[in-house]
Amino acid sequence: MAHEKNHDYHVLPPSIWPFMAGVGTFVMLFGAVLWMHGSGPWLFLIGLVGILYVMFSWWADVVSEAEGGDHTPVVRIGLRYGFILFVISEVMFFAAWFWSFFKHAMYPMSEYAGTAYVPPQFYQLDPFHVPLINTLILLLSGCAVTWAHHALTHGGPRKDVELGLAAGIVLGVAFTFLQAYEYWYLTAARDWTFGGDVFFANFFMATGFHGVHVIIGTIFLAVCWFRVRAGHFTAERHVGFEAAAWYWHFVDVVWLFLFASIYIWGMG
Amino acid sequence: MADAVTQGGGHGDTRGFFTRWFMSTNHKDIGILYLFTSGIVGFIAVAFTVYMRMELMEPGVQYMCLEGARMTAAAAGECTPNGHLWNVLITAHGVLMMFFVVIPALFGGFGNYFMPLHIGAPDMAFPRLNNLSYWLYVAGASLAVASLFSPGGAGQTGAGVGWVLYPPLSTTETGYAMDLAIFAVHVAGASSILGAINIITTFLNMRAPGMTLHKVPLFAWSVFITAWMILLALPVLAGAITMLLTDRNFGTTFFDPSGGGDPVLYQHILWFFGHPEVYIIIIPGFGIISHVIATFSRKPIFGYLPMVYAMVAIGVLGFVVWAHHMYTVGMSLTQQSYFMLATMVIAVPTGIKIFSWIATMWGGSVEFKTPMLWAFGFLFLFTVGGVTGVVLSQAAVDRYYHDTYYVVAHFHYVMSLGAVFALFAGIYYWIGKMSGRQYPEWAGKTHFWAMFIGSNLTFFPQHFLGRQGMPRRYIDYPEAFALWNWVSSIGAFISFASFVFFIGVIYYTLRHGARVTENNYWNEHADTLEWTLPSPPPEHTFETLPKREDWDRSPAH
Repeated sequence: MAHEKNHDYHVLPPSIWPFMAGVGTFVMLFGAVLWMHGSGPWLFLIGLVGILYVMFSWWADVVSEAEGGDHTPVVRIGLRYGFILFVISEVMFFAAWFWSFFKHAMYPMSEYAGTAYVPPQFYQLDPFHVPLINTLILLLSGCAVTWAHHALTHGGPRKDVELGLAAGIVLGVAFTFLQAYEYWYLTAARDWTFGGDVFFANFFMATGFHGVHVIIGTIFLAVCWFRVRAGHFTAERHVGFEAAAWYWHFVDVVWLFLFASIYIWGMG
Repeated sequence: MADAVTQGGGHGDTRGFFTRWFMSTNHKDIGILYLFTSGIVGFIAVAFTVYMRMELMEPGVQYMCLEGARMTAAAAGECTPNGHLWNVLITAHGVLMMFFVVIPALFGGFGNYFMPLHIGAPDMAFPRLNNLSYWLYVAGASLAVASLFSPGGAGQTGAGVGWVLYPPLSTTETGYAMDLAIFAVHVAGASSILGAINIITTFLNMRAPGMTLHKVPLFAWSVFITAWMILLALPVLAGAITMLLTDRNFGTTFFDPSGGGDPVLYQHILWFFGHPEVYIIIIPGFGIISHVIATFSRKPIFGYLPMVYAMVAIGVLGFVVWAHHMYTVGMSLTQQSYFMLATMVIAVPTGIKIFSWIATMWGGSVEFKTPMLWAFGFLFLFTVGGVTGVVLSQAAVDRYYHDTYYVVAHFHYVMSLGAVFALFAGIYYWIGKMSGRQYPEWAGKTHFWAMFIGSNLTFFPQHFLGRQGMPRRYIDYPEAFALWNWVSSIGAFISFASFVFFIGVIYYTLRHGARVTENNYWNEHADTLEWTLPSPPPEHTFETLPKREDWDRSPAH
């Protein structure tokens, strides 16, 4: 009976990556604390490089396992469950930021009895200017990814999959650039600051964390683009692509909530 | 245990030490790593409390002096009270126990080891990710310990703000010990979330053929429900402490009223995580207790389905009662009424569980082996803690009890005596299975009685102190509180002695304990799948998936 596998689940050989990730995390975060207290970014960067190396190698292992046939149908179901659960945890992370935003928007401290706080005067932002364009860009990007998705599942030409993904990625990058431009404009021309007032804190942290997720999602889509070109995906087997698409739609939906609540309801 | 397992569980095991314990993708080995590491961290956290109880044994400050911390009261010279040291110790005790001892032991340790076995799965769904959870936990614990020795408030080392990390104390404390503590909690949270994803996926996707949801053993159910709570609660905490971090270091004003921020907001977000957290801690314990009581009453558990849905109900209700931790912050009466009523509702599913455990024993052939003693102790102590919980749920009564020792007594009865007793029940119940060696019965019983007497002596008098109005979190107190503080300290020393004795028991068991020869060394009512395996189980279990007759005791349903 020894070591004779009679099931379809994925039993893995030992791996050094988790241990290295733990070490990298400790080094990176200890370095981050030192950096925040004025000791330079070096320890942080060493840890970060270690973690990026682990991420690359680990996922390279996952891809080669997938190519090697370890991802049986039941394993693929598990991977999907796992990714959906990860997205759920991400949603709950954003719940904290929306909570802070809505609390301060609906019950500002200036209305509390005995308060000395007066909200600062700053120029409102026109939500139907750059933010609206960005909304359309992100939605269009989602459409492009869906196009690629359908081309993949319905066995369409690989060119369509590549083109749809490429369009999605380009639009994602465009979103990031416009968002960076808007941050620059608000801080340079409109005297917005990161700190100093809770409105700025909520605005920059909520949209900033969304922006980080856009960048991660764009990278995820780009990896999928390379994998499509390498012929990794078939109409039945494309968990990595599906996860990237789900992640992208999650980023999309978070933006719609940000746009509706912070930009339109909060500043319109 | 590493040794014993290597020798006993070998079965032609050719993995080297480093490969086996540092590169593991094996749920049983990772479970053992979790249990050992949380034991070590637990010893640190308990040692802190002994020092704190030494200080509180008599009025006045005798040990924690600015002139230097002392181990004997007789040491000569002036003693200026060092409040910061005190604060650092209570903070570290709370943070370590909450994030680095009880969750890793119950959820990480037993969850990893026995949940896959209970459902007949060959391993976790994502074995490598499982090990990442463990090493992130180690990284987080290391950050937490590093925080103790880093520059902190009051020109000394360590963060002294309380485990809840409330602003403005946490946002204004100098140094970087607080930042390290924040990152420690971030990393522990990430570790738990990854573990939760793994456990939920395993539970949903890898149950043995024919094992429908209503046939899954209660411990696996309890870990599954806990995983959902972790998945939904921990990310919210991550957001809250990220706000603390940017408030401290990047000039944001989430919690600073002069910049329009609100410190009470932090309390809301923290407790939105914090209340589910206490159920995250206790629910795996519920699962263990169910199996132990059924085994040693020689009866199937009474009311299996109500037991499952009571845990689900506790899990759901846990998310909608958070503000009962903050009745005194100035909420409207309507809000207070809601949180009070919602909190009391939780007594219903909890009562279902308690009465079902009692009903399981009723008419059974109860045998007081060590695990059963711990389970029995759990029942009694958790009920005491639950009843004081109902008292505290009353907003009006809480006006008087808030931040007194009554609260300290309450939550130690449910956690230190509830969750930890369940943990010990699990250890004695399964150590023979995990190590292949059995503990000496007399030693387990001695440990139980020492701990039972010690911890009751520690915490029961704290109810009296709370009712007399003694506030929590202080290094010193007036003469009037001297008697019960003295008794409480004696209890703490007895508990600590029992812990040291326990370490001896474990060492003895792993080195010299009697070999376990049977697969099922209890009786036929220990009827989950781990009892069909050798002790210790081979490296890979269920390489051929278990057949229905191996686990299904009531095929008619």
